[in-house]
Amino acid sequence: MALASDIPVAAGLDAFARRHRLHAYETLPWILAIAGYFVFPDYLALGAQILGTILFALSLDLVLGYAGIITLGHAAFFGTGAYTAGILAANGWGEPLSGLLAAGLAAGAVGLISGAIILRTTGLTLLMQTLMVAAMLSELANKATRITGGADGLQGMDVWPILGLFRFDLFGRTAYIYCAVVLLIGLIIVRAIVHSPFGRSLIGIRENMLRMHAVGAPVARRKLIAYTISAALAGVSGALIAQTAQFVGLGVLGLERSGTVLIMLIIGGIGQLYGAFIGVTLYMIAQDRFAEIDPVYWYFWIGLFMIIVVLFARGGVLGLAERARRYWRKAS
Amino acid sequence: MTATGLATENLCKSFGALPVASDINFQLAPGARHALIGPNGAGKTSFVNLVTGVLRPSSGRILLDGEDITRLSQAARVKRGLVRTFQISALFRRLPLIENVTLAIAEREGTADGLVRPAGAHRALIDEAYALLQTLGLATDALKPVNELAYGRQRLADIAVSLGLKPKVLLLDEPAAGVPSGETGAIIDMIEGLPSDIAFLIIEHDMDLVFRLAHRITVLVQGRVLTEGSPQEIAADAEVRQVYLGERAVR
Repeated sequence: MALASDIPVAAGLDAFARRHRLHAYETLPWILAIAGYFVFPDYLALGAQILGTILFALSLDLVLGYAGIITLGHAAFFGTGAYTAGILAANGWGEPLSGLLAAGLAAGAVGLISGAIILRTTGLTLLMQTLMVAAMLSELANKATRITGGADGLQGMDVWPILGLFRFDLFGRTAYIYCAVVLLIGLIIVRAIVHSPFGRSLIGIRENMLRMHAVGAPVARRKLIAYTISAALAGVSGALIAQTAQFVGLGVLGLERSGTVLIMLIIGGIGQLYGAFIGVTLYMIAQDRFAEIDPVYWYFWIGLFMIIVVLFARGGVLGLAERARRYWRKAS
Repeated sequence: MTATGLATENLCKSFGALPVASDINFQLAPGARHALIGPNGAGKTSFVNLVTGVLRPSSGRILLDGEDITRLSQAARVKRGLVRTFQISALFRRLPLIENVTLAIAEREGTADGLVRPAGAHRALIDEAYALLQTLGLATDALKPVNELAYGRQRLADIAVSLGLKPKVLLLDEPAAGVPSGETGAIIDMIEGLPSDIAFLIIEHDMDLVFRLAHRITVLVQGRVLTEGSPQEIAADAEVRQVYLGERAVR
């Protein structure tokens, strides 16, 4: 028997069950990416960096925004991927796609092993441990000079043309398209995961880990799987950046990289999939502009921006957009 | 000893020198309506934590339908039908009520590890969650995030999530805690209306609620079972009145 009050709820249930369907706004990043290719031909190298970094931020969002795993060491996986692809290309295997795959596997393995140890903890303890994993890898890369080039960075990468056809050019055209395509694949994967029952259970873990235990969820296993997938994606993004820049430095494993990607994600909005796109783009364009206008103090402006976001726009730019949308709905 | 239902045998747990459970022998037959009462610090919630696997006992055994579950994980106990609710509402606060329940049902059905098919495509689980909310009178709130519900409704939602697991044994840890006394009626109605094949153990300070719902009462004092009996027997027990209500009430 359907009560009158059930009818809007039934419609709402349908909408709830269809949340995973593609929305019109989801084409926007790709329209902008294609437009960017033609409108800013002089900035394609920066564009490629942005696209690759979005994948990194997206991988962070999966663990931080969805599973609620707090980390300040995600560069561990980015750097593992970057060095894997870099070392392969510097030692006679410059095939880029298998380089990406190898980077993903290596970073995923580091995620699986380190995650199995450190994910037993939560909060500040976990934060410290993620930091330590990245610090240990960084020191390893620093000491293994013969393989990694140490503090001088890895020299002599020779990346072959993609599929044997598309050579990396000076203007970054190939790099831009390459990064865009890999990001698209990464987004499709992450998007499928966050809408899957597994992804919803990660949100459950984020919202209330105690209750997830009490409904019989294998919480530790779920977190470890999410962490491993995220690490693999971060590794692929590191490899992308390494292959397109044809250089790997110690910075890929540094705390600054872990911190910066976190800041980018916070600016865009955590746990909302497209926060990574907005945050990384805003941050990296601002960084590029500020560095030109005010090369010495540009970090000050980023800091100021960050404080404003935290004070007035919790939930980042996407959070603001959501609030504006609700306000507009109420008003109309 | 009955082979079915929940039982503990000589269950003990201490935190250092502080015993929170000493030699608890307890039986909960299928379909039982049982209450566990006792003064603050008697070890009631610790008992729930021991039974559900949050805490490991120092010694003793826990049996469910004759099977020793003492060493099983929380998740494995839940799979066997041993489910709890929480003293302070433990919900997925920013998610709609329907999803709170659906998450539990997905775990019960074993679909929650799926990575490929979207959660919304498992429509039968959502419909089941909605049907459950309808029978519990919560359907109008199905799409609201639970943190927007009144606290009394959140307490009901907490029970709804547990019922989504189709429990055989339900441990209700102070279901009316924090709810104004005028609003406990809905909670009592919900518990009273539980299917008769669910055995429940209710831990509660609100004696009204205990005496309305329980057919048997166990009194726990300092980690020990003081006595067990029917509500009439417990109400008449001088020793219970002494520890529970203070000496003055006895005189």
